[in-house]
Amino acid sequence: MSDPKKSRNRTEWEDSTLSESLDRFPERNVDFSTVSSLPIERLYTPEDLGPDWNYDEKLGYPGEYPYTRGIHPTMHRGRLWTMRQFAGFGSAQQTNERFKYLLSQGQTGLSVAFDLPTLMGRDSDDELAQGEVGKEGVAIDSLADMEVLFDGIPLDKVSTSMTINAPAAVIFCMYLAVAEKQGVPIEKLSGTLQNDILKEYIAQKEWIYPPRPHMRLITDLMGFCTDNVPKWNSISISGYHIREAGSTAVQELAFTLADGIGYVEAGIEAGQDVDAFAPRLSYFFNSHNDFFEEICKMRAARRIWAKTMKEKFGAKNPRSWMLRFHTQTAGCSLTAQQPYNNIVRVTVQALAAILGGTQSLHTNSLDETLALPSENAVTIALRTQQILAEESGVTNTVDPLAGSYFVESLTDKMEADAMAYINRIAEMGGIIPAIEAGFPQKEIADASYKYQQQIDGAEKSVVGVNRHTMEHELGERPEILRIGEEVEREQLARLQQMKSERDEAQVQRDLETLRKAAETDENLMPLMLQAVRNYATVQEISFALVPVFGTYREVSVL
Amino acid sequence: MNEQRRLRLLVGKVGLDGHDRGAKIIARAFRDAGFEVIYTGLHQSPDQVVNTAIQEDVDAVSLSILSGAHMHLFGKVIELLRERDSGDIKVFGGGIIPEEDIPRLKELGVVELFTPGATTEDVISWVRENIHPRAV
Repeated sequence: MSDPKKSRNRTEWEDSTLSESLDRFPERNVDFSTVSSLPIERLYTPEDLGPDWNYDEKLGYPGEYPYTRGIHPTMHRGRLWTMRQFAGFGSAQQTNERFKYLLSQGQTGLSVAFDLPTLMGRDSDDELAQGEVGKEGVAIDSLADMEVLFDGIPLDKVSTSMTINAPAAVIFCMYLAVAEKQGVPIEKLSGTLQNDILKEYIAQKEWIYPPRPHMRLITDLMGFCTDNVPKWNSISISGYHIREAGSTAVQELAFTLADGIGYVEAGIEAGQDVDAFAPRLSYFFNSHNDFFEEICKMRAARRIWAKTMKEKFGAKNPRSWMLRFHTQTAGCSLTAQQPYNNIVRVTVQALAAILGGTQSLHTNSLDETLALPSENAVTIALRTQQILAEESGVTNTVDPLAGSYFVESLTDKMEADAMAYINRIAEMGGIIPAIEAGFPQKEIADASYKYQQQIDGAEKSVVGVNRHTMEHELGERPEILRIGEEVEREQLARLQQMKSERDEAQVQRDLETLRKAAETDENLMPLMLQAVRNYATVQEISFALVPVFGTYREVSVL
Repeated sequence: MNEQRRLRLLVGKVGLDGHDRGAKIIARAFRDAGFEVIYTGLHQSPDQVVNTAIQEDVDAVSLSILSGAHMHLFGKVIELLRERDSGDIKVFGGGIIPEEDIPRLKELGVVELFTPGATTEDVISWVRENIHPRAV
């Protein structure tokens, strides 16, 4: 019996032209699936979309619900994405120089990488900070460092993204305090705070408090921004790290949106109006090697979010329905072997992000599997974006891949698979109980182990690693950015000097006030800002809350 | 033939680095290869790692470091093992480690380093050849 889903013509084609061809030229003996092992068919036709597929319902027009085709009516014809290279290393002074260089080269926004001690809410003189100060990002202990970091950069003109989570509220207060010192009213500030603690427990693993008390800090910050810093994106809900930790594309999509749903639920529970805070939630996705899978992931993300916000949460403001996002190309896809090949990988990944409708983009540097990027490498990465924007022509029309039977089928498939995860998490009671049960962590660990086995067995190709390997180097070894040991010594000296100059008694009073307020439901942001102005450090402020909030300890899932 | 006891390996994340993808893959691969594996979890100080290694009586310590702090952290773990008369516990590892640092790390006493692109089989066969149960 014939398959009713297939049209007569397609069946005929399969029985005649295709089968004759396969007899003579069999397909290559490879696994036709995405990098995430999603099977891909030989051919997509209208039958794959089914008779009920409806343009207005599935796609609509750009700038309109459900935003599948993009959040702006003209997309990149109106405005290019923001070219935003993530940068930070060594001291505040060194990073300030890199920022000024990037701005002089045509970059249009800043993105701060903090070092590990700062990410963990620890000062440079903490025991666990030894050897890590300034290594993976810039070392920030207090407002004094933040003043140097943004010296000569007008905060009313540049938008800044800050990748900081566990101590996000403290670092944000430091940014506000620098603006005050520059005479910039804080309501004029624009930028993004990552502030996505849920994905820390799932993937990035830089935390201080357990999830439940931490959510109070998030809702305090969302409320404070609504009232005082209305142009600021209060959370950048991040799939990037979930993917880097080894998830599939569907898992990235599902767990990230499940985190987003968690924040909306928390805001509503804290008594806030969904349409007041939801327009300031933004997203951050990874763009990996599998070109169409990435594009479809981004299109599906917009549609899921729009539907969820409108239908599940009853948001009325179209800005609450719009999923705006930043993209970074996939660090985990780059190879240390034949490192110049990474430029090509980054180009393909960046192109996918652009065709997926990104609002801003970081392109990785070719040397990132070796060390932090050198100035040359970061310039090539920025030029990659500029070539795509100004030479390739892909920005001439909105969502050019829409209507492709394949792209629409894959978008639908990723939406359905992600919704299955999202519904399963809802059945577990939401993302926090799911995290506490180790569910997303285990799913990701399984996917990453499977992928590693596929690479080890050469089922998935990685050029230069399991295919097309070379005995000798391809081109000169790239120069490497090194962070000298003097950075840590100098930072410790700066910290000590700052502490000797500040009003110690005032700092202690501020910290005590903050701790006491944590026991009530007062918004903690104004009190943190006060402590920051008096040069209390990241660690002092973060750990002042530990007696009330407790600390988090992960149950490791292998 | 004497039955050899199974190798006991510690897989550790030392310092503040939260990148645990590699450590978890290696821990699982070691387990699947038949070794006994103790995984420390994240954010361990060198002192904690050394304590665990000694208490668990492991044959080797493998550290995964992607934070750039490898010179300090490998050095500290080896120093502490020697101070505690456990210098026979071999230390190896992997991560984002520039090639130029590898000879310096080996001078410090790190027996082997695996950098991006190494397969789990590479690491397992190296362990089978180079790590042996310690004399008890």
